[in-house]
Amino acid sequence: MTPSHQLIAQGIACRRAERLLFRDLNFTLQAGQALLLRGPNGSGKSSLLRLLAGLLPAEAGQLTWRGKDVRADRAGYRSDLAYMGHLDALKPQLLVLENLQFWADLVGATVPVENALAKVGLGPCAAFPAQHLSAGQKRRFGLARLLLKPVPIWLLDEPSTALDASGQRLALDLITRHRAAGGIAIISSHDDLALPEVTTLVLGTGLASPGKFGGGGSA
Amino acid sequence: MNAFFALLRRDLRLGFRQGIDALVVVLFFLAAGALFPFALGPEPQLLARIAAGIVMAMAALASLLSLDRLFAGDLEDGSLDGLALSPLSLELVGLAKVVSHWLMTGLPLLVAAPLLGLLLNLPASLYPILLLALLAVTPALSLLGGLGAALTLGARRGGLLLAFVILPLFIPILILGMGAVSAVAQGESPLSALQLLLALDLAFLALVPWAMAMALRQLLR
Repeated sequence: MTPSHQLIAQGIACRRAERLLFRDLNFTLQAGQALLLRGPNGSGKSSLLRLLAGLLPAEAGQLTWRGKDVRADRAGYRSDLAYMGHLDALKPQLLVLENLQFWADLVGATVPVENALAKVGLGPCAAFPAQHLSAGQKRRFGLARLLLKPVPIWLLDEPSTALDASGQRLALDLITRHRAAGGIAIISSHDDLALPEVTTLVLGTGLASPGKFGGGGSA
Repeated sequence: MNAFFALLRRDLRLGFRQGIDALVVVLFFLAAGALFPFALGPEPQLLARIAAGIVMAMAALASLLSLDRLFAGDLEDGSLDGLALSPLSLELVGLAKVVSHWLMTGLPLLVAAPLLGLLLNLPASLYPILLLALLAVTPALSLLGGLGAALTLGARRGGLLLAFVILPLFIPILILGMGAVSAVAQGESPLSALQLLLALDLAFLALVPWAMAMALRQLLR
């Protein structure tokens, strides 16, 4: 990936139901960098991730990807990101493999679904109906979805929730590899994820990490 | 186009896995239609006169049954976010849902319609035109229904709201459908009514996916 893989947020503000969640949010992420979102419940971590995914319109501010305002090329930006929400998008009536195959067909996967399942430790569960998966296994399924197609931007909403120790290591390992390949990761988490060289952005308290990464104002 | 068929295939597979949905639609259609002979009394002439109308109205009601789940499952489990972020446009997402609704509701109703016709003493000469009219009516019902489902998605008691929003819109379609049938019953050509229905189908096909996408985009905010 080229150095032009740069995600810049300038003066981002987000309003949800009359409440200003944050404003004047600034950050710049280069290829290989990661941003960890912290903050109490309701501080706007999920909203920020949805906003960065383009699902939620920003109240103010500009998001630039590869030197272009993302509003100018929504489809192009969308195809460069993968979003893992706090819901798992699993159909309980379908087999695990069928569930993943659907998402693979939808996004035009370049990685075989069996490989993606094996990488997250769900290989033995491929032929199970998804309703039999535990909460942690569902989270692993979400990680498998990220692996279907290499994209430069990962937006992960609480990826480590419900994961056991080996699952947490897996998530960390996947994020590290993604970054090593030049990917950008923005992750919200309540757990102390042992991510190396990560910048932390604390929302909802008026505090912010030092440096060029601006803080989020409280409502 | 692959993504479109992937979504259609998944929705159909979900429908068949649940199985019960298409069956319930057909059973409701037959059972509700079969109430009429009992309610109206044993008058074969009266029944024969209104049989086609009953079939048509019951088809409209039956097609409402599964509409409130059209997008709801995907909203609740987060799939709708994934669909919105996929290369597939929300217009085509909506269209895939409409097509799957027609395949799992409209088509089974077409197959069951002659049976209800039989129960209602429908004159033999009217079977072909009734089926032809239903073939033109059901796509419009699915398209309008899909629009209603997208508009009422996420609303409390969305199913009831959906019926109120959509049933008035069904009226012109039913009028045209019955227009075709009664034209044949009176020995006239049903062509103009059928052409109008086809024109409506095409107009809805062009407009409804776009309106559904607007509604879904609003909802995801």
